[in-house]
Amino acid sequence: MTPHMLTRSLDRGATIFLAIVAACGILIPLSNLLLPAGSFLQVPTYLVALWGKYVCYAILALSIDLIWGYCGILSLGHGAFFALGGYAMGMYLMRQIGTRGVYGNPILPDFMVFLNWQELPWYWYGFDMFWFAALMVLVVPGLLAFCFGWLAFRSRVTGVYLSIITQAMTYALLLAFFRNDFGFGGNNGLTDFKDILGFNVQAEGTRAALFALSCLALIIGFLICRAIVSSKLGKVLIAVRDAESRTRFLGYRVESYKLFVFTVSACMAGVAGALYVPQVGIINPSEFAPGNSIEAVIWVAVGGRGTLVGAALGAVVVNYAKTFFTSGVLAPYWLFMLGALFILVTLLLPRGIVGTFNAWRDSAREKRTAAAAASAAAEDGMVQPKMAE
Amino acid sequence: MNVMDTRTTSAMLYLDGVHVSFDGFHAINNLSLTLEPGEMRAIIGPNGAGKTTMMDIITGKTKPDEGTVLFDGVTDLTRLDETRIAELGIGRKFQKPTVFESQTVHDNLLLALNVDHSVRGTLFWRGSKAETERIDKVLETIRLTEARNRLAGSLSHGQKQWLEIGMLLAQDPKLLLVDEPVAGMTDIETHLTAELLKEINKTHTVMVVEHDMTFVRELGVKVTCLHEGTVLAEGTIDQVSSNERVIEVYLGR
Repeated sequence: MTPHMLTRSLDRGATIFLAIVAACGILIPLSNLLLPAGSFLQVPTYLVALWGKYVCYAILALSIDLIWGYCGILSLGHGAFFALGGYAMGMYLMRQIGTRGVYGNPILPDFMVFLNWQELPWYWYGFDMFWFAALMVLVVPGLLAFCFGWLAFRSRVTGVYLSIITQAMTYALLLAFFRNDFGFGGNNGLTDFKDILGFNVQAEGTRAALFALSCLALIIGFLICRAIVSSKLGKVLIAVRDAESRTRFLGYRVESYKLFVFTVSACMAGVAGALYVPQVGIINPSEFAPGNSIEAVIWVAVGGRGTLVGAALGAVVVNYAKTFFTSGVLAPYWLFMLGALFILVTLLLPRGIVGTFNAWRDSAREKRTAAAAASAAAEDGMVQPKMAE
Repeated sequence: MNVMDTRTTSAMLYLDGVHVSFDGFHAINNLSLTLEPGEMRAIIGPNGAGKTTMMDIITGKTKPDEGTVLFDGVTDLTRLDETRIAELGIGRKFQKPTVFESQTVHDNLLLALNVDHSVRGTLFWRGSKAETERIDKVLETIRLTEARNRLAGSLSHGQKQWLEIGMLLAQDPKLLLVDEPVAGMTDIETHLTAELLKEINKTHTVMVVEHDMTFVRELGVKVTCLHEGTVLAEGTIDQVSSNERVIEVYLGR
């Protein structure tokens, strides 16, 4: 990222958002580790893990907002990229277990021993090395998105049809990962992780560090998205969203633009999934469930699509509400509440929380400028007009 | 791209024996038409005569079933897609004004500029003085300098039409296809648009589709009347408008 792209991408809202995320990323782990347990300001470890999960969801929401809010690509299968990133990380964590598994096999994860497999499948090779797993976190979702997008965008599949095939994609992966012979632990998925880069995943220090890293990833993801949408490419994306064929007649290769953001977005979702897995301690095929992807789209709609900050905010707010309501007597009704929330936002706040706030702020600013212009005009009538600076 | 060995015609645009049918409906029927470089041509004709379909063929949106469509004497347009044709230098203004409503007037023109349109080029784009000057010049030509920072969606209908013409200018194509530029305009706006097109014609080849006969008369250029996908009459406005068949199918008695 060149300096001019960085300065161009930071307006006031973006700076405030980054400051808040950075503050959380530093203060919450510090408070958790340094303050005595039980003191008023100490953040308990379970909350660090919970909020770490929210931050990962915020990254996923950001990735959806980049393609949906700015380019009009409504993916209802983005959970698949999130889950693939998660599986890549999960495979690394499985290989780290080594002889500490129930069966004590130094190479094979427990579920393979249980299935009487004699040797490691080739696609598990390399996942004992962190750098390779970290690379796969980006490459696997990115490659899938690239191939999928190449076929879909070149054939000019748009709108609801694209949403349906993304949904089908995640559902197909769900079915595949459910199968035991697919080699990813089937129904149970990957779990019982011991350590990451030599640190115990259950330890408070590791959890705090993972939380801080998630915040850092959110900051970096946000900066990348801002740099993209505030460049001229961002204007082209909005043009594609609003009038796709017009953009083509101006000489832009629309499918290349869509493919670019779709792939970037999938890589971001993969990173979110990779950070999510060590914090929740499990990855299984239910992460591919179509409902998850739809829920993520609702977060973005609630927060305000096409605002980036809103997407992240929506993810945190909706998930906080989910935790709050599903842990009380209202638990059985959460899905109804989520549905109602979506309907209410669509009807009453079509621009979402941040979008509505921005519109309100802009109109207030416009009124102020108009009033200032009017009073200046009135003064001009009485005194000689001065040259404006 | 299919480039033939030699120029077969001096025409900027050359259509010969073009046929298109949609589910058995012959939208374009043995259409032949040539446009010389620097020419401005007005196309008239009743609804369904194939005017917009013809523009769709030239810009690559519709592929003809048969016939030749040559641009600049050498390029076979029937084999290229919209993006490639736009890159070659054919710009189009749509019947319904299509501007990017949620972006400013300035950004609309910036997007239209015929500079690097690649993903990488736009991602690492930084404005240049030459670009700003070109945009300023276009803004002046289309009389929207004051509105440069307004959202295109907030412009009046006539201003949107001009903005779209401005986008064509920024694109600086060799050939401009202008579909109904004065639909919904006031008389004064219509007059100004005619002036604007004449100004543009000094440096560009232009094809205008329009129903407004006063406007066509004001342009004072060669007129082609289409009917049922083929050329019915061609000539000066007086010749065409006194043609028996034209009066019958289009102008009315």
